[in-house]
Amino acid sequence: MKEYFGTIFRSVRSLLKGMKLTGYYFTHPKEIQTEEYPDNRATLTMFDRFKGEVTMPHDENNEHRCTGCQACEIACPNGTIKIITKQELQPDGKKKKAIDTFVYHLELCTMCNLCVVACPSDAIVMGQSFEHSVYDKKQLKKVLNLPGSKIMEGVE
Amino acid sequence: MKLILDISFSSFATGIHEWLVGAIHSEGLVKVIEMVIAGLALLVFLVPLCFFLGYMERKVAAFMQVRLGPNRVGPKGSLQIVADTVKLLFKEGLTPNASDKFLFNLAPVIVVVTSMLVMAPIAFAKNFQIWDISIGVLYVSSISSIAVIGILMAGWSSNNKYSLLGAMRSGAQIVSYELSVGLSLISIVILAGSLRMSDIVMSQENGWWIFKGHIPVLISFVIFLIASTAEINRAPFDLAEAEQELTAGFHTEYSGMKFAMFLLAEYINLFVVSAIAATLFLGGWMPFHIGHWHTFNFVMDYIPSSIWFLGKTFAIIFIIMQFRWTFPRLRVDQLLTLEWKYLLPISMVNVILVTVMAIMGWHF
Amino acid sequence: MSLLGEDIVTEDGEFVINIGPQHPSTHGVLHLKVWLDGETIKRIQPHLGYIHRSIEKMSESLSYRNFIYATSRMDYLSAHINNQACALCVEKGLQVEVPDRAKAIRILMAELTRLSSHQLWWGCTGLDLGAVTPFFYAFRERESIMAIMEETCGARLTQNYCVPGGVMYDIHPNFRSRVKDTLKQIRSKFTEYEEILTGNVIFEQRTKGVGYISAEDAISFGCTGPTARGSGVSCDIRKLYPYDGYEKLQFKEILEQGGDCYARYMVRMAEMKQSVFIIEQLIDNIPEGEFQAKTKMVLKLPKGEFYQRVETARGELGVYIVSDGAASPYRIKYRSPNFSNLSALEKMATGTKIGDLVAIMSTIDLVIPDVDR
Repeated sequence: MKEYFGTIFRSVRSLLKGMKLTGYYFTHPKEIQTEEYPDNRATLTMFDRFKGEVTMPHDENNEHRCTGCQACEIACPNGTIKIITKQELQPDGKKKKAIDTFVYHLELCTMCNLCVVACPSDAIVMGQSFEHSVYDKKQLKKVLNLPGSKIMEGVE
Repeated sequence: MKLILDISFSSFATGIHEWLVGAIHSEGLVKVIEMVIAGLALLVFLVPLCFFLGYMERKVAAFMQVRLGPNRVGPKGSLQIVADTVKLLFKEGLTPNASDKFLFNLAPVIVVVTSMLVMAPIAFAKNFQIWDISIGVLYVSSISSIAVIGILMAGWSSNNKYSLLGAMRSGAQIVSYELSVGLSLISIVILAGSLRMSDIVMSQENGWWIFKGHIPVLISFVIFLIASTAEINRAPFDLAEAEQELTAGFHTEYSGMKFAMFLLAEYINLFVVSAIAATLFLGGWMPFHIGHWHTFNFVMDYIPSSIWFLGKTFAIIFIIMQFRWTFPRLRVDQLLTLEWKYLLPISMVNVILVTVMAIMGWHF
Repeated sequence: MSLLGEDIVTEDGEFVINIGPQHPSTHGVLHLKVWLDGETIKRIQPHLGYIHRSIEKMSESLSYRNFIYATSRMDYLSAHINNQACALCVEKGLQVEVPDRAKAIRILMAELTRLSSHQLWWGCTGLDLGAVTPFFYAFRERESIMAIMEETCGARLTQNYCVPGGVMYDIHPNFRSRVKDTLKQIRSKFTEYEEILTGNVIFEQRTKGVGYISAEDAISFGCTGPTARGSGVSCDIRKLYPYDGYEKLQFKEILEQGGDCYARYMVRMAEMKQSVFIIEQLIDNIPEGEFQAKTKMVLKLPKGEFYQRVETARGELGVYIVSDGAASPYRIKYRSPNFSNLSALEKMATGTKIGDLVAIMSTIDLVIPDVDR
């Protein structure tokens, strides 16, 4: 009999403890943790190491740092990167390897960062964009070097 | 000098009645027309009520779970539930090929209709009641037990194993918990000396039963809360639809508007149960009075009776919602253990205590 | 018995129900065929293969640097620990000495991963038992750990932070302060966890004495991690075969003797505190130095077989590499903890109710991509 009422007492107390906690949070709206969906694109700052997609930065003269060495293509586990090279005539008459197109398949990319680490000339970096959904799969195949761009001076 | 709202409800009803009697001169026809008006009024009241309860549940759940809840559709997300209803209306009402189509379509109707029927004897405000039947409490407990037939029907006719398990669980659950609900209602009936809802409310003129009835009434109030939460299939007793075990239990196969009807019934049941608890234990539309504090009592009388009633009802609804968002679900055998080993013996002893109290006149 | 004549009850009076592959509580695409007698479970048969991605076979055509990323997709809740296991195994083959700083960073990250994994598990256990609110409380704390991961590793879940020879890049300058804030927050919330779930009478009823497995059975099924430690089997790899400098750290191996869901629950709850303790020891004592050892451009393991085990959040993960001297492994085999733990499910769940099955599955802490790989 004592045990019977003891059980009831203990159960009710444990249930009230839980209700006290939910009651606390109900009455303290300051504890709310919901974060808004990042609609504030203009002022949004991501973590600087955030791995969104592979990008190739170009400077104001439309020049990039990619030598076309294909280290990233080898480093990529999924075949995400495909580099098509061409022979470019240098001013001094010598021929030199350069990239024609840097094809990046976003749909295959796992954002593992191995290509960025492998790149000897820091030509590619991880971008900050996080919204990749498109209506057509073809749009996920991207060419990273801008049209008409060429390699920066002094990058070997 | 009563507030306008208070006068309007009862005088509005009598006004309509007198106008009808004057215009038609046929007692029978007037009754029929009045019934239709009452039914329509109930429907008009219920739909916004369910919208509000849906919104309230989401917001209560969200705040307890350190979330914001719906906040995109309408001001503070208040139209979210309307958007959901529109979505459910446009969805295809799928009927499984191997189901018993007649029972499958009938089940949600039964569940909704029974829950609406229970609304009849509830006193929403002073002198404002659809049907002041002399066996009010008995009527409520008998009609509300019909809902289990609708749930069993839904589970059986879906021809789905999850549905069947959910329906069987629900059957065992509602049949058992009916006893505790009945016994805790009886304790108030004994004290008030009447089954009529208006009499029970009037008997609390000098104090609500939960204050007048000492500990036994408090116990029966707690038992009523627990057992009625179980009876309307809400967490932690939502075994019939236990999402993590039976996906959706008895309404696994329902979609579109038929699913919405189960949802509607759930919210109406929630309101009805809370309204009954408010009427029986917390004095219905009776304002809160303290002994001889005449000024205080006078101020309390100014608050319209409908506000008193709805306020008490929503306080109880909030408690039931808090149950849902705090506790884990019971297992099916523990559910029955709780009823047969704890709630039922306690409420039986409690009824005896209440009877002794009523005979000796120990209550205030 | 059914309305349209087709029997849904077998000749032996059994009621067969398919739980999964799409079901709210199977935590992925596990398919359980359950034979029921009323609500009582008579037999369970797990069906696997719904999320098999042949990670082992895929790894055979990848270099030793490249195959590691795929292991993040096995047990995605302890992704870092999986990566660490692979990196350790490759380092064992190459006989590279990992700098102390890299070791410390790895352990910090591994323990943070363990914490976040256990927090997710705690929330999901509440959810499976019908209490939705703990889920959100757990995710609140987990979010700050995820922020640490995102700041230092660049990704929240599939970090790919370990490379053979160390870690990919150094910790972020904010790392220390952020970890300290998080630990403070987590420590203050442990009492809340106890109030809302651990002490709750319904929760105790649902877990105590449910899903019992004895120590002998746990060993013979190959259970590891908290699943086995709940039955009193000492199997913490961090203690038994220390790696990456766990031997220098003070922490307890948590053992419970109950063998039921409650014991497994308590093991994980105590492990969270131990993880916090480990991080607190290390966070102010990260050695200075390199974060990565110098390795060759193309890694080639010598001919032979290499095995490395680590303790993930779910148990023992073994990485077995057979090398023929080429630049990619000849054969890779992962001994995943979830596969063995899942095999004990039938032993635990036979004779219990459907509601108990959900409780048992959640206290084993199944991650189905790890079962199938």
